[in-house]
Amino acid sequence: MVLELRDLAITFRTDRGPLRAVDGVSLAVEAGRTLAIVGESGCGKSVTALATMGLLPPNARLSGSIRLRGREMATLAQPEWRRRRGREIAMIFQEPMTSLNPAFTAGEQVAEVLRLHERLGERAAFDRAVALLDRVRIPDAARRARQYPHQLSGGMRQRVMIAMALACRPRLLIADEPTTALDVTVQAQILALLDELKRETGTAVVLITHDLGVVADHADDVVVMYAGRVAERAPAARLFARPEHPYTVGLLGAAPRIEGGPTRLASIEGTVPDLLHPPEGCRFAPRCPFRGADCTRQPPLSEVEPGHATACWRAPLDRVLAA
Amino acid sequence: MSATADSPARRALRRFLRHRLAVFGLLVVVLFILAALLAPWLSPADPLQTSWTAIRKPPSAAHWFGTDENGRDVLARVLYGARASMAAGVLSVSVALLIGVPIGLLAGLAGGWVDALIARIADAMLSVPFLILAIALAAFLGPALENAMLAIAITASPIFVRLARGMALDARATDWVEAARALGNPPWRLGLVHVLPNIIPPLLVQATLSIAEAIIAEASLSFLGLGQQPPAPSWGSMLNSAQRFLTQAPWLAIFPGLAIFLVVLAFNLMGDGLRDALDPRGERR
Repeated sequence: MVLELRDLAITFRTDRGPLRAVDGVSLAVEAGRTLAIVGESGCGKSVTALATMGLLPPNARLSGSIRLRGREMATLAQPEWRRRRGREIAMIFQEPMTSLNPAFTAGEQVAEVLRLHERLGERAAFDRAVALLDRVRIPDAARRARQYPHQLSGGMRQRVMIAMALACRPRLLIADEPTTALDVTVQAQILALLDELKRETGTAVVLITHDLGVVADHADDVVVMYAGRVAERAPAARLFARPEHPYTVGLLGAAPRIEGGPTRLASIEGTVPDLLHPPEGCRFAPRCPFRGADCTRQPPLSEVEPGHATACWRAPLDRVLAA
Repeated sequence: MSATADSPARRALRRFLRHRLAVFGLLVVVLFILAALLAPWLSPADPLQTSWTAIRKPPSAAHWFGTDENGRDVLARVLYGARASMAAGVLSVSVALLIGVPIGLLAGLAGGWVDALIARIADAMLSVPFLILAIALAAFLGPALENAMLAIAITASPIFVRLARGMALDARATDWVEAARALGNPPWRLGLVHVLPNIIPPLLVQATLSIAEAIIAEASLSFLGLGQQPPAPSWGSMLNSAQRFLTQAPWLAIFPGLAIFLVVLAFNLMGDGLRDALDPRGERR
C-alpha cells in the first residue's frame, strides 16, 4: 500500500464551534492505481487531500492514521513532512491559471523543485526541467521553458504543474480536481497524460473529482464521500454497475449519459447537512428515500462483497428494492 | 506578444521608456549621481578653500555660481554637497529596505502574535511625522552625517515593513504559494525565493519616492545642524548659512535650493513613472 488512511478525522475550530469536516475516513491506494474520491462540494474530499499532504491550516485538529508506504505520517513534525512533500507525495491543484508563480518562467519553476529536493545545480536542473516539460507533451519544450505563466494556456500551465509534481518521481500523486478549470477537450488530454505517466512510473494516484464521467474513465477504485464520511467504497466498474448506497444511486441518477436516449436527470432532494450541527446517525438519512427507524444510528462501513463496502443499514439494496 | 523571453521586467522597462517625464527624471537623477561621484574631477575649486579676496562675489566666469561668505566656490560646494545628499538618499533608503523588507515578510508570512506585534510597532512609528522622528533620532545619536543617515534609515523603514507585510499577506493566500508549500518549500524559502520577487515592483516604487523624502530629510537635518558638519558642504547647511545674506547674496541660497528642488522632483517623477510602468493593470496597454 502506498497510502493508507485509517479513521481519519479532521475538526476545524471555528467561531461557531467545532466543525468536523472529515469523520472517520478509511481508504487505501496501491502503487500504479488510481483511487477516485467523489462527492459534492464540502463533503471533505479536499480536506482529506490536504491532510494527506500535511497542509492543514493551523486551526485544524487531526486524529486517526495516515500511513505513507507503511510509515505513520499523522504524528510527523512539519520539517519531516516538508522533506517528503514534492518528493514522495505531490499534489496538483484545481486552478492552473493561478497556481504558478507569475515571476518565474515555466522552466525555472520545474527546475526549482529539482534544486530543492535533489540539490541539482542551476544548469542541470533547467536541462532536466526541459526534459520533463517535453515528457508532459509540451510542444517545443525548450522554448516554452523560457516563457512566463501569462504566456501559456490553461492546459499548458496544468502540464507544467504536472511536470513539477512528477519531477522527483513521487510515490503518490494527489490531483485535486485537476481538470475542473479546463476546456472539455483539454480535460481529456490532461487525464490521458496522467494515466500514461501513472503507467510509466507506477505512481499511485488519488483523483479528487465530482465528475462521474472522469471516474468511469480513469479510476480503478472509488470512494464516495458524503458529509465527511465514506458512504461507499468499491472498484469503479462495480460501483457503476451495482451501487449500494442510496446516495451513490442518487449521484449516478444525477449524472447525464449519452447512451439510452433522453431520460430525465434525477436530483437528490434536500441539501447537504450543516457540519456544525450534523444529524444523528446516518448523515444521508434526511434526504434518503429508503430511510427507516434504524437510520438514527450511524451504519458501519461493511462489505457487501469483497472489496465493495457501503455504510447503509439497507445494504444490499436489492433486498429492499425486491420487497 | 511574441517575444520568447518577455519577462515582466522587460515589459515594465518598455512602458517606463514611453513615459517622458519619468525618463526626464531618470536623466536628472543620473546627472546628479555622476556629479556626486565625479565631484573631485568636475569641481573648479576646492570646496573648503577660503579666500579673503573673493567674499560673496556674484556668479562670474571665474565662479559660475558665485562665492560664499568665506570666499569658497559655490559650484564646488554644490557638487560636493551632492555627495551628502545622494549618500543620504540612496544609502539610508537601502538600509531602510534591508531593515524593513525582511521584518515585513516575516510578519506577513508568520501571522499570529509576531505579525500583530510588528504591525503595531510599524504603525506607531508611522504615526509620528517623518521629519520629527528623524530629528529626534538624529539629536539622540549626535550631530554627524552618518548619524543623520542612520536616523533617516530607521525612520524610513516602517513604510517598507508595512508594504512588505501587506504584499506577503496577499501572497500567502494565493494558489501559487500553496502550490510551492505543497512542493516542500520551507517557510524562509517561501518568503525569499517565491514571495520576494513578486513584491519587488511596489518596493522599487516606494524606494524611489522614499529617496526623495530622505534627501529632503538630510537637507533639513543639516540645515538644523544635525547632519553634515561644517566646513564639509551639504545643501542643507549651505541654505542655513545663506539665510543671513538672502538679500545681499541670493545666489548662496538659490543654487543649493535649486539642486534640492531638482533632485527631489526628479526622484518623484521617476517614482511615478515606475509606478505606472510596474502597475499590473497597465499590462495590456
